[in-house]
Amino acid sequence: MSVEIKVPVLGESVSEATVASWMKAAGETVAADEPLVELETDKVTLEVPAPAAGVLEQIVAEAGSVVGVDAVLGLIAEGAAASPAADTAPQKAADSAPAKATQAETGSVESGPVNSGPPVTPPVQMPAPVAAAPLSPAVRRLVEEHNLDPAKITASGKDGRLTKADVLAAIDSGTARRMAAPAAAPAAAAPRPRTDDPREERVPMSRLRQVIAQRLKEAQNNAAMLTTFNEVDMGAVMELRAAYKEDFEKNYGVRLGFMGFFVRAVITALREFPAVNAEIHGTDIVYKPFSNIGVAVGTPQGLVVPVLKDAQDLSLAEVEARITTFGQQARDGKLSPSDMAGGSFTISNGGVYGSLMSTPILNPPQSGILGMHKIQKRPMAIGDKVEIRPMMYLALSYDHRIIDGREAVSFLVRIKELIEDPRRLLLGV
Amino acid sequence: MAEQHFDLIVIGGGPGGYVAAIRAAQLGMKVACVDRRPALGGTCLNVGCIPSKALLHTSERFAEAASGHLAGLGIKAASVKLDLKTMMANKDAVVAGLTGGIDLLFAKNKVTRLTGEAHIPAAGSVEVAEGRKKTTYSAERILIATGSAPASLPGVQIDEKTIVSSTGALALKKVPEKLAVIGAGYIGLELGTVWARLGAEVQVIEYLDRILPGMDGEVAEKFQAILEKQGLSFQLATAVQSASHKGKGVELELAAAAGGKTEKLSFDVALVAVGRKPHTEGLGLEGLGVALSERGQIEVDEDFETSVPGIFAIGDVIAGPMLAHKAEEDGVAAVEIMAGKAGHVDYDLVPGIVYTAPEVAQLGKTEEQLKQAGTEYKKGVFPFMANSRARATGQAEGFVKLLAHKDTDQLLGAHIIGPEAGTLIHEIVAVMAFGGSAEDVARSCHGHPTLSEAVKEAALAVDRRAIHS
Repeated sequence: MSVEIKVPVLGESVSEATVASWMKAAGETVAADEPLVELETDKVTLEVPAPAAGVLEQIVAEAGSVVGVDAVLGLIAEGAAASPAADTAPQKAADSAPAKATQAETGSVESGPVNSGPPVTPPVQMPAPVAAAPLSPAVRRLVEEHNLDPAKITASGKDGRLTKADVLAAIDSGTARRMAAPAAAPAAAAPRPRTDDPREERVPMSRLRQVIAQRLKEAQNNAAMLTTFNEVDMGAVMELRAAYKEDFEKNYGVRLGFMGFFVRAVITALREFPAVNAEIHGTDIVYKPFSNIGVAVGTPQGLVVPVLKDAQDLSLAEVEARITTFGQQARDGKLSPSDMAGGSFTISNGGVYGSLMSTPILNPPQSGILGMHKIQKRPMAIGDKVEIRPMMYLALSYDHRIIDGREAVSFLVRIKELIEDPRRLLLGV
Repeated sequence: MAEQHFDLIVIGGGPGGYVAAIRAAQLGMKVACVDRRPALGGTCLNVGCIPSKALLHTSERFAEAASGHLAGLGIKAASVKLDLKTMMANKDAVVAGLTGGIDLLFAKNKVTRLTGEAHIPAAGSVEVAEGRKKTTYSAERILIATGSAPASLPGVQIDEKTIVSSTGALALKKVPEKLAVIGAGYIGLELGTVWARLGAEVQVIEYLDRILPGMDGEVAEKFQAILEKQGLSFQLATAVQSASHKGKGVELELAAAAGGKTEKLSFDVALVAVGRKPHTEGLGLEGLGVALSERGQIEVDEDFETSVPGIFAIGDVIAGPMLAHKAEEDGVAAVEIMAGKAGHVDYDLVPGIVYTAPEVAQLGKTEEQLKQAGTEYKKGVFPFMANSRARATGQAEGFVKLLAHKDTDQLLGAHIIGPEAGTLIHEIVAVMAFGGSAEDVARSCHGHPTLSEAVKEAALAVDRRAIHS
């Protein structure tokens, strides 16, 4: 149904006006009372509002034309909804508002229109409602430091803005909500209410524990993490070790363990499967020509992962020495943040605690982690006979976003090959 | 030809009146504005704000040049002399330029200008008398913006020759040797400094025991010390009982405000700057039944309407600070409400500015007011001595003081003595208009090197974390 947009009464003794400009184009949605077209007389310029809500069907009087009072300026197709674009956000002003109407919604950060006498329609909202008014510097600081969701705080400032007082009050009263985590999983919100049993002991998490917890969640939330398994016959390495461990210790003053072998095996395999050594940054994959291998060390305070920087340049002895030093420093709490930064791949050994098989968790932003486990004698089929062999399960957790299944499996198979026949490490085959 | 009926007639073409008239025209009303002066602009443009600012500027330039201070800056000026006549002519030219400008604004907005004395015979009707010619106009609404006039003291008769109000003080023909300024408010102090710079020996006599009544106590104290350094002398807690002509000058009879013996002091000129009173004479308000307060102000409701429907009033003629910018805000709000819109004036956020050198500016609450209200507050002070721009331009006197709520950090008041205080204060007006906090100011970037950095540092000082002091 078409509604005519007509030239209103222009004033005493004024009978015509010039159409100065149209604020809307044909086909656009209009709200009731929204200013559509500007008319100019020699006394005054005035805006003509839409007589009804709908779609501006047709402009009859183009800009520049002269119109008389009551002439038809254009037509509105009443009620027709336009393309999803404009008008999806809640419009409150169109309802007639008394001259001193108060602010629309509390708890909303969007700056609303100042409702007053003749209904003034607010500007058309963007389709995706975004927090309209920018947060003031003090409010922004508080919101970030406390990880709050500003949309959930009651605003008392001008046009529905948050003031510093509003945020402080919300923090004090505990009503402020944490921001939802970026990934799909809904937030670790403020903890659900809980009544402690008097027998329970409540201990605040240490700073280190909180950081570990946050990083673990971060790893899980961001990466498409999978684990692939294999098993390795440690016989050859154990024989090698038995044969030369005394000489080794005499030469280098450090015990010959298994880590040195695994580190060298990992370095060889990383060279062949560079994606496992890479990192996702934004929408880029960052490949590294070096291997900074993190070695997980357990301490009474928690797990820390010091990094063997440029491990590809280290000899097996140097690896063993560094790892021993790291272990000591970790137990003494002497590791610095730079010791633990910059890793490209991590090796974690759960075997020392007796773990047979496990799914290690990635150390962000790395894309792979090798889990070593307990060496256990098991009956194995060698050829067609049963032999007791010292076996270790290996686990590789990886980020499937940049490492595909074939790569991950092949990487782990390669580690197995290199460990099962350490001569390969020497020859690089 | 000449229109006889209007949507609105504004009586008074000062800042309140002319701004209201222009706003009303913008909102589509047919407006007329009547003023008895041929020039628009009221007190402000003709005998107030503008001429005083012009003289403050030129007298400051003169004092700087005549003091020998320039030699230390590497500027060698030979003997510097005062040509008062030219200085006054410059002031007049500034005024003429601006008042002419308002005429152009009226023409642009199609506001009808009427000249003459206005009288309201009945609601909806204004009679304008020009000489012997009387014309009656009708209007839906009448807005009274007739402003104020200098107040006087009993026993002191202003003749605008040797006993002058601010009007006369802006047009003295020669520099008085000894000038008495009666009243240590901003008008007295501004004009006192003008003549002190031009060579007069200025003594300020004030009834209260402090200068700048109503302003922050610490500011008043520090500012008095600054003015004393500039050569003004102060006699506080002193009442002027009478003023009489003696020879070519004036003799003032003074007594302590608490009472006691009188003393007589002689001056060449005495400036009476004890305040202003609302001007409502000649409008016929009593006959109409327009209610006035005890102090002679027109009583209005929150829509600026008087006790007579259809008659409104704004500016100096109603209650509130008697300031040009307050009148402008009143005028706009009143007219917007008439047009069915939401007009509003936040009287808590009207800045008060003294245009001396250094300037003084205030906004919001003083410390005294907060203490009286029992509001717990914290304050941050930053001296211009620690502001690099102020130091670079040799204007390092004064400080910025910000007052914030102790718990919420919301800004409650700002007080500045210093260069451009009257400009700097507006940052705080904007922040306080949004209920902002001291931290909001502290966390906004301020250009370097600017005087505004002193405002940022004062905001930091509220939290005891100023960097530069």
